[in-house]
Amino acid sequence: MPDTPAAPDAPVLSVRDLTTEVATPEGRRVVVDRLSFDISAGETLCIAGESGSGKSMTALSIMRLLPQPMARIAGGSILLGGRDLAALGERDMRQVRGNDVAMIFQEPMTSLNPVLSIGHQLTEAIRVHRPMPAAEARNLAVKALAAVRIGEPERRLHQYPHELSGGMRQRVMIAMAISGSPKILIADEPTTALDVTVQAQILELIRSLQKDFGTAVILITHDMGVVAEMADRVIVMNGGAMVESGAARQIFHAPREEYTRMLLAAVPRLGAREATSGTAPPAPDGDGAVVTVSDLEVGFDIVGGLLRRPVQRVHAVEGISFDVRRGETLALVGESGCGKSTTGKALLNLVPWNGAITIDGMPIHGLGRTRMKPIRRTIQMIFQDPYASLDPRMTVGELVAEPLVIHGLATGSELADRVAWLFGRVGLSADQMQRHPHEFSGGQRQRVCIARALSLSPKVIVADESVSALDVSVQARVLALLQELQDEMGLSYIFISHDMAVVEQVSHRVAVMYLGQIVETGSRAQVFDDPRHPYTRRLLDAVLLPDPDRRRGHFPIADGEVPSPIHPVGEAPKRVAMTDLGQGHFVAG
Amino acid sequence: MTLATAPDGAGITPGAGARLGTVLSRLVRRPLALFGLAVIVIVVLAAVFAPLIAPFPPDEQLFEGLTLEGAPLPPDSTFLLGTDLLGRDLLSRLLYGARTSLIIGIVANGIAVAIGAMVGVSAGFFGGIVSGVLMRFTDLMMAFPALLLAIVLAAIFQPSLWIVALVIAMVNWTQIARVTYTETRSLAERDFVEAESAMGAGRTRILFRHIMPHLLPTIMVWATLGISTTVLLEATLSYLGIGVRPPIPSWGNIIFESQTYFTTAPWLVFFPGVAIILLALGFNLVGDALRDILDPTQKGRY
Repeated sequence: MPDTPAAPDAPVLSVRDLTTEVATPEGRRVVVDRLSFDISAGETLCIAGESGSGKSMTALSIMRLLPQPMARIAGGSILLGGRDLAALGERDMRQVRGNDVAMIFQEPMTSLNPVLSIGHQLTEAIRVHRPMPAAEARNLAVKALAAVRIGEPERRLHQYPHELSGGMRQRVMIAMAISGSPKILIADEPTTALDVTVQAQILELIRSLQKDFGTAVILITHDMGVVAEMADRVIVMNGGAMVESGAARQIFHAPREEYTRMLLAAVPRLGAREATSGTAPPAPDGDGAVVTVSDLEVGFDIVGGLLRRPVQRVHAVEGISFDVRRGETLALVGESGCGKSTTGKALLNLVPWNGAITIDGMPIHGLGRTRMKPIRRTIQMIFQDPYASLDPRMTVGELVAEPLVIHGLATGSELADRVAWLFGRVGLSADQMQRHPHEFSGGQRQRVCIARALSLSPKVIVADESVSALDVSVQARVLALLQELQDEMGLSYIFISHDMAVVEQVSHRVAVMYLGQIVETGSRAQVFDDPRHPYTRRLLDAVLLPDPDRRRGHFPIADGEVPSPIHPVGEAPKRVAMTDLGQGHFVAG
Repeated sequence: MTLATAPDGAGITPGAGARLGTVLSRLVRRPLALFGLAVIVIVVLAAVFAPLIAPFPPDEQLFEGLTLEGAPLPPDSTFLLGTDLLGRDLLSRLLYGARTSLIIGIVANGIAVAIGAMVGVSAGFFGGIVSGVLMRFTDLMMAFPALLLAIVLAAIFQPSLWIVALVIAMVNWTQIARVTYTETRSLAERDFVEAESAMGAGRTRILFRHIMPHLLPTIMVWATLGISTTVLLEATLSYLGIGVRPPIPSWGNIIFESQTYFTTAPWLVFFPGVAIILLALGFNLVGDALRDILDPTQKGRY
């Protein structure tokens, strides 16, 4: 067809009454229900919704990459430049993908082939669509990498996916996607698996590429902060159908539908703590500490060479100290690899460590399983992924009973009563006890995990990213439950998270971790209102506000790799010295 | 509190009796599994009641079982499946052979699976030096040609039915060890196992309550699949003269005795071949169904 330049407002893609069905054992299920929308060149359309809303299925329908043979487009049209993608043959569709429409996925590691070099995959992607000599494709690949702000692009071509960090991999994916100069870029949760500061960089990158190339972007996300930051227009989806659509400002400032309002209300907002939490800061008496950690050090050796000697050492946690008082929530916050999860595991003696930890007055260093067992009644843990941390072959009733059985605290009907009580306490019904974890939703599973952690009536619960895998509305309810349990039972939490907004909502005190060390610690007010360390400020800057009028604007894109906690054997990272700013506010340097 | 639904006092878990009942009732609801179960039951009954069913003694060389030229007879009304080279009734030999094949199949494979699973699970669960020693030994055994090993073992011990079963088990356990080893290792690193440690569960509890149940499907599949290979290995050993000694019939040695007459007397190879295939198929179908049924995440999906 003739290459007529489109009028500024003519849509590049127009979707009409798109309906997608999935075959399930119970019969056909409509996952996208008569969805219609247009998108013009240079525009960013965000499709927002919680899990199961059909947003990813919409993207896969447009790309015609629906899982075969379970899912199919049952009706409607997807018009791109006069052609209906819904009716296109697979051979023609292959030309459309990459050339006209390109897609980037949530998990960049699984979308890249681990055994081929970056350069190989990139040049292949280029040559599939435009046959050209290898050397020429290589030049284009270097340009594409430079376009996504990857430093030393020549060298990167020879690297393999595992040698790059998550953010770098996602940039490679974007480079691959834009290498065919597509008219439309579909990004399905492109930053969900990434750290906040990396997320900020990727979003900035998408925005600047869009400006340079005039690409239309369809951004699919569950994160209303990302929506507010990026969207020109927004479609809110729920249960496969469009709930509401409109300009970003209208959606955020004057939502018409109840569901949109609920979704927005559930988003944790930075600076909103006065409204949400009524907890008084705990009494700062020194002897009330249930957990004290001093000079904790955790390292893992990386073996290599013929003799499998340790060649490098991961300094996961490098000499941190803190304490947690009764009824208090201490948040350990930082990005992936900063050692926050490792610290949590050390508290339960799940990894070998050095230093001193006392739990309720008992030193736990070097205790074996048997001697550690009674201490585990004081400290329990809730893991990040509720599904992975529940044995899929057991019923949830058995799972919640497990700690009581292990510690021999109850049997028979007493055990059943106790489990039923715990179920009721976390908002589950006791007649669900005989079901298996896969029959529950993510939020319910996390409630099962909470019930299990509570069953021993511990004094301290380590919550490792316990709400990050949940939808915002579910997340808000689980956080409320945790808060309630704290008020009621005087629990102390060690709340491990990467999400500053959530941390602000739940914590009394905050410790910011970076490369295995605490760089700033203080009360919530001190850290959030008066952040002193540059890293804390960077974390706070990276948080997206669910308000299109308060966009962050420019966020600097680093062109190299993030510093790593891995050092050759014998070398140790420099310990930071803490400066006392008074009233418990400490900052490194 | 609503515990009325619970069949036993605990109310958290369905009782063990109820579980076995549901497994069986689910098994017979699948047509393929039912077919497999029927085949197994028929072979077992045939083996047990061979003396009652068999029309002739299995070792008797019948004068009327051969043509005047001394060739075996094709199936007719007297000899339902024909006769073999010595004029023995093939049906009778197959019925008695079912005993040998079942014993070898079940016992040899049972021992192989038990040894293999024990080695693989211990190596995978304990890791370190235990895993090093056990798995290197497994590698060594795998590197040894299986037949050569069987010949050596059979030469040392006087071949009898049980010795043959043991020899086959010695040869066959290595693959099972490998498979269970890798699976145990990946299970031991799963989050729910770490969660168990965090709760204070001891190693024994983790091993038996949280790792072994997950290995069951794999072991089940090997236990059923292995039976067919075991029957065939027994046949090979018989052919080499170190298997079950004639005149005791086994499905394998019937085939190997007659293989040179394959073109002139095809029934001699065909019927025992079909018997081996059906038995193997029966075990496979039941094994597959059991694996699905025992996996709670597969409930209602087939």
